[in-house]
Amino acid sequence: MSEQIQQIKVTIDDQTIMVDPGTTILSAARQIGGNVVPPAMCFYSSLKGSGGKCRTCLVEVAAGSEKDPRPMPKLVASCSTTVMDGMIVKNKSSERVLDARKGVVELLLINHPLDCPVCDQAGECSLQDLAFEHGASHSRYEFERREFDKIDIGEYIKLHMTRCILCYRCVYTANQLTNKREHGVLKRGDAAEIGTFIENSLDNEFIGNVIDVCPVGALTDKTFRFRSRVWYTKPMDATCNCGKCSGNAVVWMIGDEIARVTARKDKYGEVKEFICNDCRFNKKELSDWKIEGPRHIDRHSVISANHYEKAAPIHTPLLNKA
Amino acid sequence: MSRKLLLNNVHVEGIHTYDVYRKNGGYTAVEKALKSMTPEEVVEEVKKSGLRGRGGAGFPTGMKWSFIAKPEGVPRHFLCNADESEPGTFKDRYLMEKIPHLLIEGMILSSFALGCEQSYIYIRGEYMYVLRILEKAIAEAYQNGWLGKNIKGSGFNLDLAVSPGAGAYICGEETALIESLEGKRGNPRMKPPFPAIQGLWQRPTVVNNVETICAIVPIVNEGGDAYAGIGIGRSTGTKLISAGGNINKPGVYEIEMGITVEEFIYGDQYCGGIKNGKKLKACVPGGSSVPILPHYLVCKTAEGTDRLMSYESLAEGGFATGSMLGSGGFIVYDEDQCIVRNTWNFSRFYHHESCGQCSPCREGTGWMEKVLHRLEYGHGKMEDIDLLWDIQRKIEGNTICPLGDAAAWPVAAAIRHFREEFEWHVKEPNACMTRNYGLVTEKIFEKVNA
Ligand SMILES: Cc1cc2nc3c(=O)[nH]c(=O)nc-3n(C[C@H](O)[C@H](O)[C@H](O)COP(=O)(O)O)c2cc1C
Ligand code: SF4
Ligand code: SF4
Ligand code: FES
Repeated sequence: MSEQIQQIKVTIDDQTIMVDPGTTILSAARQIGGNVVPPAMCFYSSLKGSGGKCRTCLVEVAAGSEKDPRPMPKLVASCSTTVMDGMIVKNKSSERVLDARKGVVELLLINHPLDCPVCDQAGECSLQDLAFEHGASHSRYEFERREFDKIDIGEYIKLHMTRCILCYRCVYTANQLTNKREHGVLKRGDAAEIGTFIENSLDNEFIGNVIDVCPVGALTDKTFRFRSRVWYTKPMDATCNCGKCSGNAVVWMIGDEIARVTARKDKYGEVKEFICNDCRFNKKELSDWKIEGPRHIDRHSVISANHYEKAAPIHTPLLNKA
Repeated sequence: MSRKLLLNNVHVEGIHTYDVYRKNGGYTAVEKALKSMTPEEVVEEVKKSGLRGRGGAGFPTGMKWSFIAKPEGVPRHFLCNADESEPGTFKDRYLMEKIPHLLIEGMILSSFALGCEQSYIYIRGEYMYVLRILEKAIAEAYQNGWLGKNIKGSGFNLDLAVSPGAGAYICGEETALIESLEGKRGNPRMKPPFPAIQGLWQRPTVVNNVETICAIVPIVNEGGDAYAGIGIGRSTGTKLISAGGNINKPGVYEIEMGITVEEFIYGDQYCGGIKNGKKLKACVPGGSSVPILPHYLVCKTAEGTDRLMSYESLAEGGFATGSMLGSGGFIVYDEDQCIVRNTWNFSRFYHHESCGQCSPCREGTGWMEKVLHRLEYGHGKMEDIDLLWDIQRKIEGNTICPLGDAAAWPVAAAIRHFREEFEWHVKEPNACMTRNYGLVTEKIFEKVNA
């Protein structure tokens, strides 16, 4: 350690940690881990400009810093507020936060179709998890819900705007991939919709990643749509020789068949290495992949309920035969 | 007769033209500043004047100016916010239409003070004819050497252009305005960084309201102290009020801060009283975003003192019994007006204008509008009133920009002060449908005598 950065102290729900200056509250919370981590529906570490929109990550700042220990009057978005030395943050220990978060969930759900039984994302949906943890069991909304037509975005991706929570992650992904401003938001307020400037297909080689960044079932993989509930498939870490991307992916198996391919997500649902369209949509043969072993899934939902990877090593010779 | 600083020459024939404006003392402030003042001295005068932003928030202008970052070699920008879209507010249009050179003169002074060489007036798309007036005036200013390179031999360069929006209220929020000016979708940015550090094209930027900028002219002409001598307390100078609603003389009035609300509503030089001899029912003193006041809190505060036209006095009592001066959109309601209908109308506006970035505002504004619509049209339930209260509470303070608050406050204030009228809509759906006005009973006026 030649260069020592002066670390600063932050306390979240009574747990204290030293972090680098410039760290956000959310990132500090993730360094502590566990229950102090606020949910984040729009922030995505690798997407520049993301965050601040969904407001699920609101926290209370009980003391601004060592120097100026006054509390902040409003709840702040933890994903886009940087910590100060001596800051004291309340997440789950704050009634105000829990109340506001419940409000955000209720508002996110008023126009959401609640069609989980037929939605491909069910089981790996951030909104489902969020509603399960913070939502009320019944809705006070008694009006018609917003609806849009389903749109094909190119050959492989389906946009079901009705389910979109306008987190803008896919927009930032597309912005990062191309500079053609193909994938923006049209209209405003609750009429706003993700547009590809009138169904222009996004033909970038990495555009399939919008499926993985989408926290809900608004962007889905047409090669997998309606094939299976995700929790009936077995995720396996797999690699392939790919000239375009790292080739590190997860293949989701039904028996010996590859039902779909996704990038590898961390426990906060974030992909660190994007994969190319070829790997995602076209390599559906076992012979395309080298299977490394079962994928550990962290989410608190039915998809990790089996914990099968903890059982005796499963039988993979067949899979690796190729 | 109260003093006028901005509208003193407004009725002079041809004041919108350069020659007439100049003959009536126009551009003397620029002359004075360029000849005998440093930029810092101009900032100092503005600080002394106590001028506060006229766009709604009332932030001290001198202080705002002193926050602008000045990194070496990075251009800075000064922007005029002429997006004026707050329902009830129409004073900026009046200024620009009648005396466009006053705004241009203020732009030159402000740009000089801040060291900006490229400034813009961002104007709402619906004001296209005003844009043409401004462009004509700007051309005249260029011809007469008040804009361009080396203005009047001072070495100061300034280019000024007008840029129209496409008609979105949200583009009046300063960071959305900047995005829009950059040619992007007008979504407010997250703050920090503030525009004073990273604004237009990531450069240090100051955004001010039309009226704020116009007020710089008399401040430079007569000195900050003279300006601060007018008004009351921390509400210095004069303020333009757009008066509308059920009054005898709607229009734009320049008032000295500190006159009583009573004089403003009933005085002959101002609104001239309630139309058709009706009674005052309520008043929204600062544009649709600020809390509505019931008649017994309009002219008097809860303490029983006279309510004055000033930032402090209108806010006295907090949201429980006060409101805000806001942008000066003064809307008066007589006894025949329906508060539920009015609240629904406002919330329809905010629903329509939300940019949709943050979930509480995007979803909450639409929900409130639907519930209010149901109440107004006689299908409401008693629980709806508490539901509305709850929704506005979930929006307020939890959004990126203040539009969320602006949508929540009018709903909260209407329920706080006119709950009985909401209940009447639930209990008497037929009456509220057929008569199309609020609780027409003497009851709402009882509190005055109580
Ligand atoms: C939704 C929204 C709309 C706004 N619209 C306007 C506007 O039309 N004109 C304006 O001058 N300020 C408007 N503002 C206030 C501006 O953000 C900003 O505070 C103001 O232009 C600063 O100028 P001032 O300091 O001279 O008041 C708006 C703010 C919000 C949140
Ligand atoms: S489609 Fe998905 S990723 Fe894109 S904005 Fe909507 S919810 Fe977010
Ligand atoms: S509060 Fe409303 S208008 Fe402001 S950024 Fe959020 S969604 Fe947009
Ligand atoms: S994750 Fe912070 S606002 Fe969405």
